[in-house]
Amino acid sequence: MTKKLLRKIEEGLFRSLMSLSTCIIIFALCLIVFSILIKGIPSLSFEMISQTPRGGFYFGREGGILNAIIGSLYLATGATALALAISLPVALYMNLNLISRKKTVNAIRFLLDLLWGIPSIVYGAFGFSIMIILGMKASLLAGIIVVALLIIPIMIRAMDEGFKMVPPGLTESSLSLGATKSEIAFRVFVKQCFPFIITGVLLSFGRAIGDAASVLFTTGFTDRIPTSLSQQTATLPLSVFFQLSSPIPEVKNRAYAAAVVLTIIVLMISILSRLISGRFKKTSIKF
Amino acid sequence: MLLISLDRHIKDRASRAWMLLWLCFIIAMPVLIGTGLYYKSSLLLKEESVFGLLLSKEWKPLSGKFGFYPFIISSLWVTILALLIAGPVCLLSAIHLTQYAKKAVLKIMRPVIDILAGIPSVIYGVWGVIVIVPFIAKQSDKILGKQVSGYSILSGSIVLAIMIIPFILNILIEVFRSIPDELQEASLSLGASKWQTVKFVLIKKAFPGIVSAMGLGLSRAFGETIAVLMVVGNVVGIPHGVLQPGYPLPALIANNYGEMLSIPMYDSALMFAALVLFVIVLLFNLASRLLIVRFEKRI
Repeated sequence: MTKKLLRKIEEGLFRSLMSLSTCIIIFALCLIVFSILIKGIPSLSFEMISQTPRGGFYFGREGGILNAIIGSLYLATGATALALAISLPVALYMNLNLISRKKTVNAIRFLLDLLWGIPSIVYGAFGFSIMIILGMKASLLAGIIVVALLIIPIMIRAMDEGFKMVPPGLTESSLSLGATKSEIAFRVFVKQCFPFIITGVLLSFGRAIGDAASVLFTTGFTDRIPTSLSQQTATLPLSVFFQLSSPIPEVKNRAYAAAVVLTIIVLMISILSRLISGRFKKTSIKF
Repeated sequence: MLLISLDRHIKDRASRAWMLLWLCFIIAMPVLIGTGLYYKSSLLLKEESVFGLLLSKEWKPLSGKFGFYPFIISSLWVTILALLIAGPVCLLSAIHLTQYAKKAVLKIMRPVIDILAGIPSVIYGVWGVIVIVPFIAKQSDKILGKQVSGYSILSGSIVLAIMIIPFILNILIEVFRSIPDELQEASLSLGASKWQTVKFVLIKKAFPGIVSAMGLGLSRAFGETIAVLMVVGNVVGIPHGVLQPGYPLPALIANNYGEMLSIPMYDSALMFAALVLFVIVLLFNLASRLLIVRFEKRI
């Protein structure tokens, strides 16, 4: 009898611990988002998002974070575009031309997962040493290349998840109509898996705009908005990182404001990718 | 007609070659990174042995003494503590979500996990600075009566724990989902309770998957830079307690890059640090992924 009771107590205890764990996770997310918003929103004004910092980003008490917002958008857009130009062909090749070689494809997937696990600071250090060998200085272009390398594995794997599910019947019927493999790739696969491509792109864009360690040495930091690829560029994560360590309260407020902008961008991307992937699912052919 | 089809086939060939080229590039990436970092750190490696560098305690870059021991110990402290916090929470929550929870809870948790995974590390860092660090300082004052700044190993590992939760949780949910229902049904039909089934069947069966999820979480935590750097204190030395500041390996690279360019040996030492990070993370990832692949095959 007591044994039964003990068992009941044990189960009850663990069940409540489980619910508690799930609640902790939800609570942690709310806590993070709210504390960032509460700290940052008071300093978020029109001036903040429409002006560049005056008198140096570390000492100047006036101005905003426009340099970082524009810089981050340039950087993330460039890196995502570059990564897309590389990832799409690779993902298509894996699922179309290598489809009969299951082992090779699985080995490539394994390798991509490994690449995804490499910390961004390693990409940053590697990129920086390559830049020195090539005689390049910290610039928007260098940042775009390094961040693209960082997000390529994520993007390929996201697209791959979609391409994997294209039914072989679709490929076979296209082949029997006389289409070449590349035509199938770009006209059938891309159309069929469009939601996956979009989510992959958005996911990578979010990663690109939020990563700080890889751009720390490769893009540098500046007060100005870049006008060419060879100039140094400010980014939102570094704008937060550098200005938060300042003793001047006005500068610190810029860091909090930048944190809010970054959080809002990331949240928007998350919502957008949910909406889009739900909407486009209707257009693909079902089997 | 012939011309058009010829044109199409040339296009096909060209685009295939283009695809293959980038595929080869991606495959070569890890090798490229490894050799690049090794080449840059060879200057230091010529002077000293790998184990000498990893186990030596003295860090005086200006007089050419590069001992990585304090940084490696700090990294281990922070990551292992983070895993100790995040691991049980993830395990319990994953069991809850896959075995007990209603569909509605799972529907709420999906976006929660996605958003947590998507928040940039610098945001976690800010959160650590404005919430966790003052909290630790206050509690330490209240409970232990010790005055500390709050920038400590403990703060770093709490922030890190939250960061790796979505990562581990996602893998664990996949692992538990892949366990066939028949196993549990058999256990339930023999009269075992739901919790007994979870304890003796589910966890036992999923054990390799759980281990590899933790391994992947550990390697993710090991390489995390900015968030940890912002809250961990960055004082060179071997930490003796969780309330003391630490200086993990990624933070060392991030903090000193740029100023080291004038000293070739210093540059080489930081590249060696990046190489160590790369190798450790790669090995951990490799082991965990191999374990998970074997686990999937067995089911």
